[in-house]
Amino acid sequence: MLTEYFSSVDFLVLKPAILLAIFALGVMMTDLMLEKGQKHLNAVMALVGIGFAAYSLGPWPGGIQYMMAQAGVREVEAFRGAIILDTFGIYFIWIFLISSALSILLSIRYLDVEDEQRGDHYAIMLLATVGMIFLAIGMDLVTLFMGLELMVISVYILTGYLRRDRRSNEAALKYLLLGAFSSGILLYGMSLLYGMSNSTDLRIIASAISQRPDGDPLVLISVLTITAGLLFKIGAVPFHQWLPDAYEGAPHSITAFMSVGPKAAAFAFLLRIFMVPLAPVRELWLPLLIGVAIATMTLGNLSAISQSNLKRLLGYSAISHAGYMMLGLIAGNDTGVKGIAIYLLVYMFMNLGVFAVIVSMRRQDLIGDEIDDLSGLIYRSPVAAVLMLIFLLSLAGIPPTAGFIGKYFIFLSLIQTQHYVLAVVAVLYVAVALYYYFRVVVVMFMREPADRTQLSLAPGVRFTLAVSLAMTLFIGIYPDPFIQLATDTVQSILP
Amino acid sequence: MWFHEHILSVVMFLPLAGAMLLLLLPSANKSLIRLTANIVSFTGFLVSLLLVFWFDADLGGFQFLEKVEWIPSIGANYSLGIDGISFLLVMLTTLIGYLAVLCSWSAIQDRVKEYYIYLLILQTGMLGVFMTMDFFLFYMFWEVMLVPMYFLIGIWGGPRKLYAAIKFFLYTLVGSVLMLLGIFGLYFWNHSQTGVYTFDIPTLSNMNMPLDLQLWIFAAFFVGFAIKVPMFPFHTWLPDAHVEAPTAGSVILAGVLLKMGTYGFLRFSLPMLPDASRDPRVVSAMVTLSLIAIVYGALVSLMQKDWKKLVAYSSVSHMGFITLGIFVLNPNGITGSIIQQINHGISTGALFLIVGIIYERRHTREISEFGGLSHVMPVYATLFLIIAMSSLGLPTLNGFIGEFVILQGTFEENKVWAAIGVSGIVLGAAYLLWLYQRTMFGTLDNEKNKTLKDINFREFMTLIPLVIWAFWIGLYPRPFFHILEKPVQRIVERVRPDYYATAQVASPAEAPGPAAGQEESAEEE
Repeated sequence: MLTEYFSSVDFLVLKPAILLAIFALGVMMTDLMLEKGQKHLNAVMALVGIGFAAYSLGPWPGGIQYMMAQAGVREVEAFRGAIILDTFGIYFIWIFLISSALSILLSIRYLDVEDEQRGDHYAIMLLATVGMIFLAIGMDLVTLFMGLELMVISVYILTGYLRRDRRSNEAALKYLLLGAFSSGILLYGMSLLYGMSNSTDLRIIASAISQRPDGDPLVLISVLTITAGLLFKIGAVPFHQWLPDAYEGAPHSITAFMSVGPKAAAFAFLLRIFMVPLAPVRELWLPLLIGVAIATMTLGNLSAISQSNLKRLLGYSAISHAGYMMLGLIAGNDTGVKGIAIYLLVYMFMNLGVFAVIVSMRRQDLIGDEIDDLSGLIYRSPVAAVLMLIFLLSLAGIPPTAGFIGKYFIFLSLIQTQHYVLAVVAVLYVAVALYYYFRVVVVMFMREPADRTQLSLAPGVRFTLAVSLAMTLFIGIYPDPFIQLATDTVQSILP
Repeated sequence: MWFHEHILSVVMFLPLAGAMLLLLLPSANKSLIRLTANIVSFTGFLVSLLLVFWFDADLGGFQFLEKVEWIPSIGANYSLGIDGISFLLVMLTTLIGYLAVLCSWSAIQDRVKEYYIYLLILQTGMLGVFMTMDFFLFYMFWEVMLVPMYFLIGIWGGPRKLYAAIKFFLYTLVGSVLMLLGIFGLYFWNHSQTGVYTFDIPTLSNMNMPLDLQLWIFAAFFVGFAIKVPMFPFHTWLPDAHVEAPTAGSVILAGVLLKMGTYGFLRFSLPMLPDASRDPRVVSAMVTLSLIAIVYGALVSLMQKDWKKLVAYSSVSHMGFITLGIFVLNPNGITGSIIQQINHGISTGALFLIVGIIYERRHTREISEFGGLSHVMPVYATLFLIIAMSSLGLPTLNGFIGEFVILQGTFEENKVWAAIGVSGIVLGAAYLLWLYQRTMFGTLDNEKNKTLKDINFREFMTLIPLVIWAFWIGLYPRPFFHILEKPVQRIVERVRPDYYATAQVASPAEAPGPAAGQEESAEEE
């Protein structure tokens, strides 16, 4: 009987992912029926899909969170423990859904300008989101790896989506080659874990690892390879080289997309791996991660200073942000993990805000990703310039913006766990980061405009900007509900 | 009464509300924007005058308390309150803030709307720093302020404005992020003792920490505050920022922003880290840096060719007096240093206004370009004379009172320190009088200067309040000493618990200090 293998709970837990997958296929089919002028409806369809997924998840009648609250359970296991839907997973699914929806809104106008308005774009975005969801709720190496590959392969395709653009193709190829290589390394590490424990379940692996003798070379090699594979996905030094290229070459709206959702998913994956199976050998990877975090912040921040391309600059800044988030893992206590959760949330809004402005820079005759393209923006589009300023301040971590709250918990956790030197290094890089973000501000506010064209803010872009602005300021000024949410979230992943 | 209970919030957020109002006005109508900004900031000043009537100097501790739970999950509250020290600084801020708006009327012609918006946001930030009783909130205001100041220097500044603006921002930011780590240190220590997470400043001022931890936190705070003051090796941002900033920016920078560093020492370093603050190593280091600043700032001022740069370096020297007064750790020194903070705001603020007035007419600040201006601008020359005298510490004017009391306090502790400090006053007289002589006296031989107009009514009105205040402190400083008595006593009791038991010197309120000072000076004259 099938019920021996499946139960209704299994389907319930996967409902958001299943809905997204169905809509992805649906978009591809309806795309065939739409005339050239009607292709926007694909985006609408994709958004409806995300809406359904959100509806099936939320804390209202019919939603999973509502049912869990009714039943008084904090986590649901499905597929014999291969999937676990807990507060941690739900938090991340919300981040994925929101970021994908906002990225789709950004894509509509962008694809129009590029004359590439097709349905498969939105379908692939939805599929990438499905992959992310599995990364956040997987408790099994195979599930996690499938989710990872679904996500990254979708992102490879999207990176190279502009078929007629050399930069886009180059970026996709680089990303694909390096990404596939790192996936191989990761898979090798996973196979070692399987060899040690005879299981793919993270919890069984954890207990198997803790029984290995001290200094076991097998454990060492598996930790090294898995760490290397994961660091690649979040773009940490020394596995960061793909990131600026991919950011620069990808379509603007896809850079926005991949800088938020897939990054958050990679962090969810990273946290699961380090907090569950690798937790027993914390002293093994801790020095490694400290070194990597310092190198990541250093390289990201220092390289960003000399960039003239805005997307590249944001790429390097994304590297440094990954370094900051790793500090939360290094602290490893509830404050630190909470810090990562909040950081990812605020990073989503501020980053999408910045990219919304960049997307509106794109015109028929202008790619619009050079810093100089923004010159005199305050004269041309004062609102966009001020919004950009607020997002950049938030990225730098200046209060009262949300970015400060993210950094606040990271620094707090470092002091709490007595990593004083690391804390000093981390705060000093805030000043460096401010310097390069303000290179953009100088161009926007203190240069004469090269031309007088205003930015054309499409409705989707406006909406994204409004949401990003509202959340960046709201979380910055009144962070309490979000702190409580994050506190609740990390309960389920802490030992 | 609602208004009475929330007077601090009203004073603080009024400028911000004004900035929001300005956003709605059309940017083409410059006079309307100027007028609105002036009305808003003048109203802010008038409302803050209510504090003068309502403030009760006989009560110790904080007044006009407001407390709303803000981020309970980390223990941060929106809590405001002022004691005598912050009261004086708040009054200084509202006055200087208004004068800065007023003095920009004709100096700023481009992007007028943006300009006033930044000025007003800055005003809210500065008031917040002095009013807050929550360390987390304090940090927010402390950083928020940097952004509008950056733009004021960076957009409306002189030729090297971009360099000066980012240097100012980065310097201050480095200091403040390190200070943040120090705040965390206090936060966790308090939690380890009481089990409560809080940023409440009075609570954090009542802890007993081990000395080594205090020293580390002191170091973190020191970087933050010393850069802001600025103390000697950290002062290099100041001349750049001052010289490049527009007049209003310089006035606010000198008048208010620098006081935040010294306020930080008084409000946080001394009461929260008393053992570190009275550690002989720390005291000698701080005093040495202060003395170096006094002498070095004065010497560098002597050789400046640029009028504004001269005033900027004189700030370094004067701020040296203030930090000297703080770290002699006795009532006279601390009271004097607070009075001197106000004095410096008045005199140096006014000196920058003076420079701004002439710069607007001649578009140069080279001292060699001027000479004999008193022939064409008699009113201007008179006001400049009064201000210069107030800055160099002539009796009957404010500077004398502050410097005298600081030196009195220093003398109690160490006579050599006092002697070096006095040399700063002598040098101060030298550079200011020499400046006055080179610009105002002599023959009017530069053709361009012959047609200069004397100051108009608006410019007169920017200087007159400061002149009146200067005379007030100089002639009748008693109210100020009275206001400061209790808060200073609290700081001294915290940092030197045995002081009042053993000291033969009376507390400054019954002060032989200023009164005796005036008698002495009368004899001298």
